[in-house]
Amino acid sequence: MSMQMASSHKVAAQKVWAYRRENGRVGVRNHVVILPLDDISNAACEAVAAHIQGTIALPHAYGRLQFGEDLELHFRTMIGTGANPNVAACVVIGIEPAWTQKVVEGIAKTGKPVAGFWIEGNGDIATVAAASRQAKAFVHWASEKVREEVDISELWVAAKCGESDTTTGLASCPTVGNMYDKLIPAGLYGCFGETSELTGAEHLAAARAASPEIAAKFMATWQAYQDDVIEAHKTSDLSDSQPTKGNIAGGLTTIEEKALGNLEKIGKSVSFIDVLEPAEAPARGPGLYFMDTSSAAAECCTLQAAAGYVVHIFPTGQGNVIGNPIMPVIKVSGNPRTVRVMEEHIDLDVSGIVRREMTIDEAGDALIEMIARTANGRFTAAEALGHREFVMTKLYRSA
Amino acid sequence: MSRVPHVLVHHKGDNVAVVVVEGVKAKERLFGVCLDDNSEFEVTCNHDIPIGHKVALTPMTSGDDAIKYGQVIGRIVAEVAVGDHVHTHNLKTKRW
Repeated sequence: MSMQMASSHKVAAQKVWAYRRENGRVGVRNHVVILPLDDISNAACEAVAAHIQGTIALPHAYGRLQFGEDLELHFRTMIGTGANPNVAACVVIGIEPAWTQKVVEGIAKTGKPVAGFWIEGNGDIATVAAASRQAKAFVHWASEKVREEVDISELWVAAKCGESDTTTGLASCPTVGNMYDKLIPAGLYGCFGETSELTGAEHLAAARAASPEIAAKFMATWQAYQDDVIEAHKTSDLSDSQPTKGNIAGGLTTIEEKALGNLEKIGKSVSFIDVLEPAEAPARGPGLYFMDTSSAAAECCTLQAAAGYVVHIFPTGQGNVIGNPIMPVIKVSGNPRTVRVMEEHIDLDVSGIVRREMTIDEAGDALIEMIARTANGRFTAAEALGHREFVMTKLYRSA
Repeated sequence: MSRVPHVLVHHKGDNVAVVVVEGVKAKERLFGVCLDDNSEFEVTCNHDIPIGHKVALTPMTSGDDAIKYGQVIGRIVAEVAVGDHVHTHNLKTKRW
């Protein structure tokens, strides 16, 4: 016990160099984002980003004729993405002013610089010109921001696994769990999701809720996904999709087996303190949160970034290559073949665990070290390889 | 640390183990470790088994539960002998 306390004190005291934003939150990247409100504003945003160096456009497929809960999720994802502390400043471009302004005002609550432009009545060319001038001013401003030293536990670190195999449950997911067991008591915000992929381990997940009320909220969320998504739309079964072809090639046979490995990510000692809607920002203080998400990697990461998470840990067995445009995604693998044949995609090799050369505790410390290096500015494999998957979750067809 | 295992078992009482090395061939004597208590065992496999895939540790028959992590991971749908490859051909989900 005393050894463990000493270890967790050591990791909690670790410092990283990060950007302190206007609202007090800490970011590890310094993006100037050109954010399209809707699909038809992608071209203008990409034109601005091609013109003004140091900016990044986030094209996506949606934003027109959505309504109800689906529209709320759209706005939550747009505003949350612009509000993320990894974003220094944001230009929003939409087809018309009303919804564009709604996103601008949502992002402005953080206190960061944000400006909106709309295309109707102006055309793409004049809109791109005006937005480019604003984006250039934001780049000058953002590029003079200086990193400062903060506690590693001030970071918000999300997790999700992908192209999992049996080594995920043996090595890479327990590594993430070990990191959470050490950093969450020190004040870290954590997040796991993948509602459908907890099927077979939902009883074990519910037992990790911080109270009976939160356990009931979790089970209601999990059951709703089963009833409204899986049961409503499944064919004979989901065997062609869950587990995926890659999971099966890696030796995972059933959803239960996959879920039990997945759940290793939340460690052994921490409880989750709330159940979040997709892209909902956690509001109950430091701790582990469960978010209701799809298990598709890009959708889940996009929702976690929109909720405010600034670093992502992605355990993979067979070698998922996912990245995110604003949030560094750290790949961890414990599959000896994957770390050899897909070396360029893996940030942390924990295959020593299955060879019994490395303990889970040592792997957890190595992950904390990689989180610190990534926060300090080291590009992840996904960043270096240009992976910028930004995929909005859509709840149902548009009107 | 110690001898490199061919197969790992999550929990004492699991009836399947995971191959964690490449190139396992039929008739090979596999060295295994149970992660619960670091106990060691051996099992002879009946098939070539790719890395990450499972090997049976007990005989099983249709309707039996496959146990891993000390939890049910599905139902067995064929006769399975000790050392057999366990995967989609003889193990199915109990959900969906």
